Amino acid sequence: MPSKDAMLIVRPEIHHELVGAEAFGVVEKPLSIFERLYNISALRKAAILLMLALAWEIGARLLDNDLLVLAALLTAIGIASRIGTDFLETLTSMFNPLPAIALLPIALIWFGLGNGSLIFVLVHSVLWSVALNTHSGFLAVSNTLRMVGKNYGLGGFAYVAQILIPAAFPSILTGLKIGWAFAWRTLIASELVFGVSSGSGGLGWYIYENKNQLEITNVFAGLFMVIMIGLAVENLIFRYIESRTVRKWGMQH
Amino acid sequence: MSQSISPKMEPLLDVRGVTLQYKTKEHLVTATYRVDFQVFKSDRYVLLGPSGCGKSTLLKAVGGYLAPTEGEIRLKGAVITKPGPDRMMVFQEFDQLMPWKTVRENVVFPLVASGKHAGRAAEDKAMQYIEKVNLVKFANHYPHMLSGGMKQRVAIARGMAMEPDVLLMDEPYAALDALTRRKMQEELLQLWDDTHFTVIFVTHSIPEAIKCGNRILLLSPHPGQVKAELASVPRDPPNADAAKALENRIHDMLFVDEIEEPEEPQHA
Repeated sequence: MPSKDAMLIVRPEIHHELVGAEAFGVVEKPLSIFERLYNISALRKAAILLMLALAWEIGARLLDNDLLVLAALLTAIGIASRIGTDFLETLTSMFNPLPAIALLPIALIWFGLGNGSLIFVLVHSVLWSVALNTHSGFLAVSNTLRMVGKNYGLGGFAYVAQILIPAAFPSILTGLKIGWAFAWRTLIASELVFGVSSGSGGLGWYIYENKNQLEITNVFAGLFMVIMIGLAVENLIFRYIESRTVRKWGMQH
Repeated sequence: MSQSISPKMEPLLDVRGVTLQYKTKEHLVTATYRVDFQVFKSDRYVLLGPSGCGKSTLLKAVGGYLAPTEGEIRLKGAVITKPGPDRMMVFQEFDQLMPWKTVRENVVFPLVASGKHAGRAAEDKAMQYIEKVNLVKFANHYPHMLSGGMKQRVAIARGMAMEPDVLLMDEPYAALDALTRRKMQEELLQLWDDTHFTVIFVTHSIPEAIKCGNRILLLSPHPGQVKAELASVPRDPPNADAAKALENRIHDMLFVDEIEEPEEPQHA
């Protein structure tokens, strides 16, 4: 009976003399000063803050204070690199603690009384928590899974859509939950100021008006509705998404 | 054990003078220094060495995740520059499976993503290899419902279903318990008898190297250099004495440095 390994190529053994340490110079060498400085995240972030201030100044002079164009421009700068990561982190830590409602006066000046302003403060309230969580979710994707994705020849958008987003989905979902709560809070708060559009409609406006007329029962009814809607979104929509995704996949228990 | 081989036969994978360096936060580390070796078709090629000999780094370089600072790696004559589905990796970590896909979807995904197969053909190919690793009953389970050994089987099925030029296994059984590991080693040999795939296998276990490999590359640590390339003992008839003798020989070759320097602390 032929050997199981018969089809293998038999070749002689090979032996090598090892070269001494002097042959290859460095086994371990400290990195250069610049590389080490670049590795200190505080320094990178300080540089980013400086650049941001500079960009703001230049933008303000060139674009006649057109903030949105500036924001779009900044977002376009570096996404993939570590600088891109730092950039997002710096922006998030700048804007995440800023209450959306504090931006309402500026929004009113820019977009007037109405939907434009509402949407502006809502976007602000959702954007940072979702960005922060998505980003930390991406960072937490295991190196093995990244290598697997690269192994399949995935790159660019396909890699993000088919590996990073599903792998980071628990974090993204958390971000959406937090973002939704922020948005709901901000919405009610800004309605308290001027209603859905120029002083009419909306739960917040309802509460505000009834307070003015001292209809305390109606104020409580309004609050009750706010809570009920919050509960429903949390327990029906998010619970449903969770049970169909992260729980089923064993990524969350 | 005899066969006729033309001496001019081209190696499938040709690693020539490969020096690998990588950066940590503080240092630039040389992982391997001018490593040469050749892998031929259907080889079960084992990279063996103590920790710090750069064997995993070497495998990652073959996988295309790391560019050599010196030398080159050629697969079928073409220089390897980036990861690709012609070199499928099987990792040690259990989290290499995608938790959001079932066993079947995990095996189908690379077939479709790399454009190798589509639709029905991909499904059939996947099921064929899931059957080979005896996981048909679990085809619709999610990875978190499987044991460690099963997860590694899925990873192997996923790699093999792609029918790559070479399958790269990075200590695939290191995280398994001893009994499961033995079973998996035997299954690997059975799979090999079935399809004669080419595999490069990284391990730090001498018995595993002798059992699974037909060629064994011994690497020395700090930085990794090739010490020797040995032929393993024939598999049939099994010869426990020859295996034991080879094991002792490899052991002596790997740890010769430590005998010369008795003041060095004992290996953990």
